Amino acid sequence: MPRPATQGGGRAARDRAAPPPAAATESDVSLTRAQRLELYYWMRLTRSLEERLVNLYRQTKVVGGLFRSLGQEADAVGSAYALRRGDVLSPLIRNLGSMLVKGATPVEILKQYMAKGDSPTRGRELNIHFGDTERGFIGQISPLGDMVPVMAGVTLTFKMRGEDRVGLVYVGDGATSTGAFHEGINFAAVQRCPLVVVIENNGYAYSTPTAKQSLVKQLADKAIGYGIPGETADGNDVVASYEATKRAVDRARRGEGTSIVELMTFRRKGHAEHDNQSYVPAGQIEKWAAENDPIDRYVARLATEGVSATELAAIDAKILHEIDEATDVAEQSDVPEPLDALTGIYADPPAAQPLWFREGKRAVIETSERRSSWGTFDAPAKGAD
Amino acid sequence: MAEITYLEAIREALFEEMERDPNVFMIGEDIGGFGGAFKVTDGLLAKYGESRVIDSPISEIGIVGAAAGAAHMGMRPVVEMQFIDFIANAYDMLTNYVATARYRAFLPTPMVVRGPSGGYVRGGPFHSQNPEAGFIHTPGLKVVYPSTAADAKGLMKAAIRDEDCVLFFEHKYLYRRIKGEMPAGDVVVPIGKARLAREGTDLSIITYAATVYKALEAAEQLEREDGLSVEVLDLRTLAPLDDEAIVATVKKTNRVLLVHEDTRTGGIAGELTARISESCFEWLDAPVLRVTAHDVPLPYAPSLEDFVLPQTPDIVLAARRLAAY
Repeated sequence: MPRPATQGGGRAARDRAAPPPAAATESDVSLTRAQRLELYYWMRLTRSLEERLVNLYRQTKVVGGLFRSLGQEADAVGSAYALRRGDVLSPLIRNLGSMLVKGATPVEILKQYMAKGDSPTRGRELNIHFGDTERGFIGQISPLGDMVPVMAGVTLTFKMRGEDRVGLVYVGDGATSTGAFHEGINFAAVQRCPLVVVIENNGYAYSTPTAKQSLVKQLADKAIGYGIPGETADGNDVVASYEATKRAVDRARRGEGTSIVELMTFRRKGHAEHDNQSYVPAGQIEKWAAENDPIDRYVARLATEGVSATELAAIDAKILHEIDEATDVAEQSDVPEPLDALTGIYADPPAAQPLWFREGKRAVIETSERRSSWGTFDAPAKGAD
Repeated sequence: MAEITYLEAIREALFEEMERDPNVFMIGEDIGGFGGAFKVTDGLLAKYGESRVIDSPISEIGIVGAAAGAAHMGMRPVVEMQFIDFIANAYDMLTNYVATARYRAFLPTPMVVRGPSGGYVRGGPFHSQNPEAGFIHTPGLKVVYPSTAADAKGLMKAAIRDEDCVLFFEHKYLYRRIKGEMPAGDVVVPIGKARLAREGTDLSIITYAATVYKALEAAEQLEREDGLSVEVLDLRTLAPLDDEAIVATVKKTNRVLLVHEDTRTGGIAGELTARISESCFEWLDAPVLRVTAHDVPLPYAPSLEDFVLPQTPDIVLAARRLAAY
């Protein structure tokens, strides 16, 4: 008997979380009205939650860096929405929207960013680097491209066990240059793994424009090199993102193997909050914000479908309330217990031992280090003991 | 009971584990129809089929990563590096992803990465390496390197059943030269426990893999010619180290010689010396000495390779120096 899927972190949050929304079934071509409103909800939640994180960052309550996905909400939400419960996705740093669709909760995100002891990773990994195989998302690591071979392996097990589950892994334009991307997608392709590789082409890898990553006209052209289908779609159109991904997901579920979906979008904020984007040509960010904001476009589309501004305002208010509640809960949590750092490296032994110079001590520098920021030391004032 | 070779013992373990647990599967280059470059996996494809014996493209990053993903989902992959030298290609995947998965994500990654390692075979710089030291300092990985056929079988079983990733180094020089009788039944050799290959009272040699046999040769010669009683401790597991066994042998003989085929600088002898000094300084009657390879990319020509790598006369010389100190 195959062993059941292993358990990830965030159990308590998972038990409390609402179940992920059911996506349209294979026979449905169009989304229901309720589903179209859900897409708005997820995009708005993504943006508002990130705005809350910016506030907390400015109050130094967020530890380390902050990574926005401003302008990319449609590609993240639309693509993730094409998956079913039981499917597994592997998000990257601009995929907060995807994780929320898959069932990650705002309170978990906040606790991660605030380095709390009861965050989904117990303070061991930062920002949205966390996962839960039960809810169907696997936490990324920083080296880009690495999640592609991992997801090839995850989806290989679906094939081995005859399960009609599908995997989806995100890569950015930059990650398509890595060896790990190449080896992972090639392996998935030749083994016909039910894997969708979503390339979020947002124009930049940190400061490097896509033209310096590759000479291809479209990154989806790389699919030819792997012998698989590749499609490019408008990543700032949430329905187009959903539909293109759904086509690839359906292909995978039918046993037709791996494919690439390239979603064109634009990264309106820096690589991280500290990055002032001085390398982006003047006016380009403003142009995208004014002419091609995914949420503005979708609101306009919903209006033509008879959705009123009042209805959307009610959703916005609900989201604000959710985020306020989550912030309150997250702020109550304590920092991790220092000795917890030594547990769980292996199954056996369950913990490492403190080194001889730490025996009997709980922590050493806590009286000197400012808790609210990252790795800083305050020299004692003159005259202090 | 018939004796089988070190290689056949590994193969037996793979067959028995594939039979015992349907989640175990093999992945590597040329391991299926061809049976593997050294024929370690010969016969597995015929018995278990393509779905469980996967011939992969040349993609060490890809197959190590895929094994990790499969392991998260409850499978037990055994990945072959055609020559362990190529594990370097998967260094990022192993150290950044696999080793950290349980700690940062609570994702079990029970997998084995195995392959032929070591020199004395005129294989040149890329088919003779001992890369183990590059991984022993990575928390989250376990590293084993058996020297006997029975240990190869028993440790392979342990590695496959371990809940974490085990790097399994097989010495290619020993593949067909070392034979042993297998114990009856399903015998698992515990990871993290050294083996006393020879008991003695005057001097301890701590070593692993092929140099275990050079140490034993040296011990025989030292007993015959010098009347020395030499103890030989075979580490078998390099991470985690068996501190108890190391301390026991140091306290017993008070003179320690560390021997390994790996290079001198950064080789595990440095780590062992630090541990012995920290915990057993008062028991030492002499400095801790080591006999290792020279810090040289391993050359191909026999006269060059034989110069670079540790040989039995080197061990005899070092032991005599220790004994006389």
